[in-house]
Amino acid sequence: MATQHSRSAARMMMAPAVVLLLGWMLVPLIMTLWFSFRRYLPLRGGDLGSAGFDNFVRFVTSSAFWPSVQTTLIMVGGVLVITIVLGVLLSLLLDQPMWGQGVVRILVIAPFFVMPTVSALVWKNMFMDPTNGLLAHLWQFFGAEPVAWLSSVPLTSIIMIVSWQWLPFATLILLTAVQSLDGEQLEASEMDGASPLARFFYIILPHLSRAITIVVLIQTIFLLSIFAEIFVTTGGAFGTRTLTYLIYQRVLESQNVGLGSAGGVYAIILANIVAIFLMRIVGKNLDK
Amino acid sequence: MGKITLEKVTKSFGDVNVIPPLDLTIEDGEFCVFVGPSGCGKSTLLRLIAGLEDISSGAIKIDGNDASNTPPAKRGLAMVFQSYALYPHMSVRKNIAFPMKMAGVPQEEQDKRIAAAAKALNLTDYLDRRPGQLSGGQRQRVAIGRAIVREPAAFLFDEPLSNLDAALRVGMRMEIGELHAKLQTTMIYVTHDQVEAMTMADKIVVLRAGNIEQVGSPLELYRAPRNLFVAGFIGSPKMNLIEGNAAQQHGATTIGVRPEHIDITDSGPWTGTVGVAEHLGSDTFLHVHDTGLAETVTVRATGEVGFKHGDKVTLAPREDLIHRFDRDGLRVA
Repeated sequence: MATQHSRSAARMMMAPAVVLLLGWMLVPLIMTLWFSFRRYLPLRGGDLGSAGFDNFVRFVTSSAFWPSVQTTLIMVGGVLVITIVLGVLLSLLLDQPMWGQGVVRILVIAPFFVMPTVSALVWKNMFMDPTNGLLAHLWQFFGAEPVAWLSSVPLTSIIMIVSWQWLPFATLILLTAVQSLDGEQLEASEMDGASPLARFFYIILPHLSRAITIVVLIQTIFLLSIFAEIFVTTGGAFGTRTLTYLIYQRVLESQNVGLGSAGGVYAIILANIVAIFLMRIVGKNLDK
Repeated sequence: MGKITLEKVTKSFGDVNVIPPLDLTIEDGEFCVFVGPSGCGKSTLLRLIAGLEDISSGAIKIDGNDASNTPPAKRGLAMVFQSYALYPHMSVRKNIAFPMKMAGVPQEEQDKRIAAAAKALNLTDYLDRRPGQLSGGQRQRVAIGRAIVREPAAFLFDEPLSNLDAALRVGMRMEIGELHAKLQTTMIYVTHDQVEAMTMADKIVVLRAGNIEQVGSPLELYRAPRNLFVAGFIGSPKMNLIEGNAAQQHGATTIGVRPEHIDITDSGPWTGTVGVAEHLGSDTFLHVHDTGLAETVTVRATGEVGFKHGDKVTLAPREDLIHRFDRDGLRVA
């Protein structure tokens, strides 16, 4: 079979998958866009006709909008900072030769395999419970007053939980980057008189910059849609309502599909702005 | 100043003894080459001098001061690595400036030294490029530049030319030679290539399994190899090492004759058939077998001789240039 023929045959064979994937993506997207322009209240009369840009205006002008954007940014930013700083340190630590390296590495990666709902519930009930939690016992052991984590520092608590889940991912990617560093470069810098700290900042960190941007990119995409961790811990109370959670509340708690869909469209735009921004940074870093 | 003395230096990795007790003195301003087959410990020895490995016992003295436990940066030595080990995210200028920056050299002085090094190494046009944009030879020069600006007591080269192609290697060999003539700084150079050793060195140290087999100037090693290993290692093509009757006639277990010390004549002790004739233009290397000796004899003839496969030749070694070795492989005077 000639190359031309095999190409068209390949296209035919790929078509079902492409169509399915496109449909999978496009149908919900178009439905979201459609509903965002409708007054659609499922329990209060259903589709009540076109709403123009009312939903968009109402979503943004609601008193909950800007705080939720702020919460989203703090949560994503906080998790990114914690996972990357600790991830770099952990990966350097795990790169050291030690007894039982294989087992330790698997254990470090383990939290990533725990489902978000489960890990949030474990944290909520086993660690952060103010009377029975392990952290409460620890505080009491040192004679301190136990902290009511999820009501007094709810945002910090959720950032801790999510960071715990994503730290293994960051560590894993950064560990492979650390391992690919040329040992002669470190030796050369050692001969050049660089202290361990200077070696870290001038040699290791620049070498990791590419891996760090990739971690930032991938994590941001996933962290923008955090939901389960908020749902099972605070339920969006105490200033932990992110944009994603606000949309959920609009659609399911207020039963206003049109308003929620408008929020969804905003979320798409926000995610795309972030993605374009990050892609450019990654592209710039990959060029070098 | 850069006199380096090794006193009873040993190195072992776990149970494996890589360097048995070893004594060596490298004079100030000398170009010293460590040569030996791969795995002979020459790179380990260089890393011990650099301080990248700790010695197991003994002492390393630089200009008379014990430097055995001094960290690498404080020994005043600069090293050029086999992979060049340039910092890929820094420009050439920053690469060269890095050791000075770490040492806290003032900016003006840095600029002056960078300019001087760049001029000496023909790097002026490339100062703002990154190592990834340079050719192998240019990267090599950047690595040397980074070593020069430190104004070290001695330069250490770890097989610096092994990643370059043959033509570039010859060019860089001369550049390093000229650099040494100009700086008059001690240089220690590790290679497995005896041609590099012969052409560049003031002093060659031949190593085998961590032991020093012989130390001397290139011509000393060529004229009077101390044992069979040195005899076979130094010189290209390799010396003919002949055992058996022919050797016993000279009162030795093994005799060695260099290919260039065998004449093709009408009357000689060995007559044989040419196997392969390598015509290089300037020289012809004939591999002669069926001479009655167990070994194939390599002969170096002038470039214009017309022998080819299957021709009969008679060979006469020059009697006064035959090397004799005893049962233990040591030279008999």
